[in-house]
Amino acid sequence: MKNKEPLILVVVVAFTLLTYWLVEPYAHSVMHKHVESEQFAYADLKPVSKTGNVANGKDLVMGAAACTGCHSIEKEGMPAAMDAVSAAASYGVNPPDLSNAGAIYDAKFLANLIVNPAHALKVEHKFDAAKGQMHPMTAFFGAGGDIDQEVADMVAYLKSIAISPSEVTPKIAYENACGRCHALEYENWTQIGEKPAFKFEKDALAFDIQVLEYKEHLTKYMGKLPPDLSMYIRSRGEHFISTFIENPQAHLEGTAMPRVGVTADAAEKVIEHLADAGDTKRHERDSIGKSVLIYSVIFAIFALLWKKQVWKDLH
Amino acid sequence: MAHFTKATSVKDWLNQRLAIEKVEKVMASEYWIPKNINFLWAMGMVLAITFALLLVSGIFLLMYYQPDVKDAFYSVNYTIMRDVDFGWLWRHVHGVAASVVFLIIYIHMFTGIYYGSYKKGREMIWVSGMLLFVTFSAEAFSGYMLPWGQMSYWAGMVITNIFSLGGLHLDGLVEWIRGDYVPAQAFLTRFFMLHVLLLPLAIMGLIGLHFAALRIPHVNNQDGEEIDFDVEAKKYLAGDKASSKVIRFANDFMSKDLMVVGFFLIFFFYLVFFQYGFALDPVNFDPADGLKTPAHIYPEWYFLWSYEILRPFSVNIGLIAFGFAQVIFVLLPWLDRSPNAVPASRRGAFSIWFWLLLIDMIVLTAMGKLPPEGMFSTIGLVAAVAFILLWVALPFITMNEKKV
Repeated sequence: MKNKEPLILVVVVAFTLLTYWLVEPYAHSVMHKHVESEQFAYADLKPVSKTGNVANGKDLVMGAAACTGCHSIEKEGMPAAMDAVSAAASYGVNPPDLSNAGAIYDAKFLANLIVNPAHALKVEHKFDAAKGQMHPMTAFFGAGGDIDQEVADMVAYLKSIAISPSEVTPKIAYENACGRCHALEYENWTQIGEKPAFKFEKDALAFDIQVLEYKEHLTKYMGKLPPDLSMYIRSRGEHFISTFIENPQAHLEGTAMPRVGVTADAAEKVIEHLADAGDTKRHERDSIGKSVLIYSVIFAIFALLWKKQVWKDLH
Repeated sequence: MAHFTKATSVKDWLNQRLAIEKVEKVMASEYWIPKNINFLWAMGMVLAITFALLLVSGIFLLMYYQPDVKDAFYSVNYTIMRDVDFGWLWRHVHGVAASVVFLIIYIHMFTGIYYGSYKKGREMIWVSGMLLFVTFSAEAFSGYMLPWGQMSYWAGMVITNIFSLGGLHLDGLVEWIRGDYVPAQAFLTRFFMLHVLLLPLAIMGLIGLHFAALRIPHVNNQDGEEIDFDVEAKKYLAGDKASSKVIRFANDFMSKDLMVVGFFLIFFFYLVFFQYGFALDPVNFDPADGLKTPAHIYPEWYFLWSYEILRPFSVNIGLIAFGFAQVIFVLLPWLDRSPNAVPASRRGAFSIWFWLLLIDMIVLTAMGKLPPEGMFSTIGLVAAVAFILLWVALPFITMNEKKV
């Protein structure tokens, strides 16, 4: 009799794959909106046309633009005016330290942010100046000269003090871009920084109280507490996170989450940091996986040879 | 007491006390298997191996899992995935095997239906198999609750709601099952007990019954041939292995079983290491939140077909249809009125029935996951009605089947 096994195998595999395709790729494509990446081009923002002057930028940042009124620049010896909790009480969220902003955020985004924060952050639905809802960050209206040149100068200054983009680690990228709103419990990160190992429980509790207070202000500011991102690499996946960072409105219209404005490189690092939190063992998994598969193939070959040997007499 | 002599070897010592030679004959060397069966008959061994993988990986997970609503999610996603060496491996083996075991069960079931392996003296094999299927379903569902993720919680809510039995409004029964008004600590603890003790015990007992049910009627074969096992076994033992229609279980058929297992394990470990996510719903990586309903609530893929039989109807009719779907497979040996235990391809109308049932269940599976809107709900309704009609029609189309 003709051996029907290959045909049977084809039938079994075909029905299995069909079922898989229907309940996974197809069903998910119906249930979830697909959002294409915008390649972190921020195409809707005004390009930077001028070449910036670092020295002039520094004067503006420290002086006329009054950035340091709210923002610390630790690297330049400018500490924060208040602690994170008090800052959150005043502004809703702790304004970021600008030491490495030039390495993490896109230059065009930074330039537009300085001039019109609500627009660059895509939160105009929440902060409508016409209705008196001002964004906590004050827009820069110019220091008297060519505003485009001044903005370019400030961006050039921020870039000059920042570490080089290649030195930005996944952790730095995450803490700067996401860490003031999103906790990352599995990496011991709270919205006010890493929770230190305290010797006395009362100190640990005092820290926790600060975190709680910060979260209260943040919740009021955002409408709800931004989620802990520890498992987001698994619950949302890379593509979702990447396109969400790029433009939250594209996924969730009306969300209070601002467009973060990171460069493509920084976004990749943020995702790597999230993978460190939620898929820690991925490198181990890949390398062991290869060995196990090689072992399985060898096992199957020996099993096949044994079967052939046993069945030699049976035919 | 039996008469014991001084043992001549360890084997002899054991033999006098445990009759190991006899056991070996009954279980392996003179357990006769038809020669003309294809790799689909190795699915039993594949299932046994997968169950063993589930059991072993489950034991390791059990060492670190915390059945507490506050800690359960963390113990799975942090402690097991990060702190415990190879915890991730055990978890992925367990999660992937839980899904793959159902794929193989379905292949095993449809193999039985296709070749008529439930007929004429083999009813107990079929019934014990269906009992195993039901117990495995309960095992899978109770296990799905344990990580206490968002889909665990809401699937638990939806499935236990079924016990209010629609128009009967047995809300008290639902609360009794949950031990609370909503899934909470009591619910998690009892499902934990069911998953790690009671149901695995029941499964192991049923596996024993399933194997025992096979012993007297013997394994069916792919040609539907009636084999006289005694005559053929004699031929084999006399040395005429080539023309005997039967082979020993060990090592003859076992070598084929093992070969299939070998190829299966390549597929299995590929999934474990490189596609572990196929079986783990992303929604379940959000911690349970009783105040926020997921946009879409659906069960794991292997329950989708029966979920879709429930869904397109009004509550009470849906429940009746759902109940029908749960028990109807058990009755297959009696609904199939034909005298033939041959492959579906030689059974005319039954062949069409078989393929329609298979396709219908795949359609139900797909619609069970898709949101019940517009065209999808219409297709779901048609497929659910078709499922019921197919089973109602079965006795009639098989009644007049000629003996082949």
